[in-house]
Amino acid sequence: MSKDPLHHETSSQTVGPFVHIGLYPTVSGILARSRTYGNQLATTHAYGQRIRVEGQIIDGNGETVRDALLEFWQADGLGRYAHPADPQAESADAGLSGFGRSVTDPDTGTWTLESIKPGTVRDLNQRPMAPHINLALFARGLNIHLHSRIYFDDEVKANALDPVLQQCVPAPRRQTLIARRKEPTQDPCVYRFDMVLQGKNETVFFDL
Amino acid sequence: MSTEPETPLLDSGFRHRDRSVQPRLLWPEYKSTLNRAPTQPLVPLSPTLSEITGPTFSPQEIDLADRDLLKNARIDRDPLGERTLLTGRVIDQDGTPVCATRIEIWQANAAGRYQHASDNYQAPLDPNFSGYGCCLTDELGNYEFLTIRPGPYPFANGANTWRPSHVHFSIFGPAFATRLVTQMYFEGDPLIRDCPMLGSIPDRSAQSRLVAAFDMERSRPFDCLAYRFDLVLRGPKQTHFENRPDGL
Repeated sequence: MSKDPLHHETSSQTVGPFVHIGLYPTVSGILARSRTYGNQLATTHAYGQRIRVEGQIIDGNGETVRDALLEFWQADGLGRYAHPADPQAESADAGLSGFGRSVTDPDTGTWTLESIKPGTVRDLNQRPMAPHINLALFARGLNIHLHSRIYFDDEVKANALDPVLQQCVPAPRRQTLIARRKEPTQDPCVYRFDMVLQGKNETVFFDL
Repeated sequence: MSTEPETPLLDSGFRHRDRSVQPRLLWPEYKSTLNRAPTQPLVPLSPTLSEITGPTFSPQEIDLADRDLLKNARIDRDPLGERTLLTGRVIDQDGTPVCATRIEIWQANAAGRYQHASDNYQAPLDPNFSGYGCCLTDELGNYEFLTIRPGPYPFANGANTWRPSHVHFSIFGPAFATRLVTQMYFEGDPLIRDCPMLGSIPDRSAQSRLVAAFDMERSRPFDCLAYRFDLVLRGPKQTHFENRPDGL
């Protein structure tokens, strides 16, 4: 067993409604000098199936959340993360930024993400996980961010073997993590991924 | 389930997030949580490679000007307000410095107004201040920002609810699992006591750790006063992989 930690993790606080200033500054008309992160993760050189994911976030009143910020973290088209904990990091696709951000549109509440579909990543027991994008959701009214995953409905076989979907998530709630492909889109494939914060069809959020 | 070969792994994840020091998701005193806090319990997920990895950062991507909010949006003069130095150190739960990780901050101006289309408070904007800052921690986990002290402001919550002066801090750490966004408050601010957002943290000492200490020693003569705000991120689990039942 590990020893008790010396320190407590710092407590989270909500990002509030003005999150864009710090995390998506262009929305506030701020020209940041440092690198910022947007919703286009793949360059034209990135390997893999081009995808666009779009969605809305619905609150407990059935209203669309218009001040949220989403963060995405994903593997490249061959399932490699550009991070030292991944043994394949050295060969990760330089054409892909594994990390990106999107904000819900202040008028429509829709967010979008442009990327490539990630490849298969193995879990710590070497079981293949279905292609998925890791997501963190931040908004006014969320005292701490919410973690979720985006899976794809055209990966039927892989989803059926995915250890997280099959073993962590109760069966009736699995569909809340699966983006639906809009037919007949192909290049990019367009998927819809709506999140529901409360009530029936509430999206699964993880305690990592 | 446990018939898989058990491989000892060096990095099998992070210490479990201790929710007793984290705010409650549903906290009626902060009204925005009522329609937004999930009602179902969070689903436990033992971190996989997807969670123990995350973005890495290089100094080339960061402009040093973005740690000086007195200058990074300056048009023709310094912003109005109390010149303030914010310093601190980022460590993990074991006390190990978290180096070269990205910190982003945002805040209101000295009058309590944000440079944001949704902020309709009557206090004035400051054309020389954006409230945006960014830096990487150094090799000891230290950071510093030069800014002005943000003003308090009212917000739509109760009949007369005010936010204490605060600075939003966003920090990554080594993995997606260590991601953290919080707010830093200023020692001695009388509005801290009734803040519904701070109140959402059940543990009083955890609340107090979000209050930056006034730091006379680091203040700069004839320049600025200083506050110190240290951050702690989740530490690595230092055991070999525990053969827990799947999904727990």
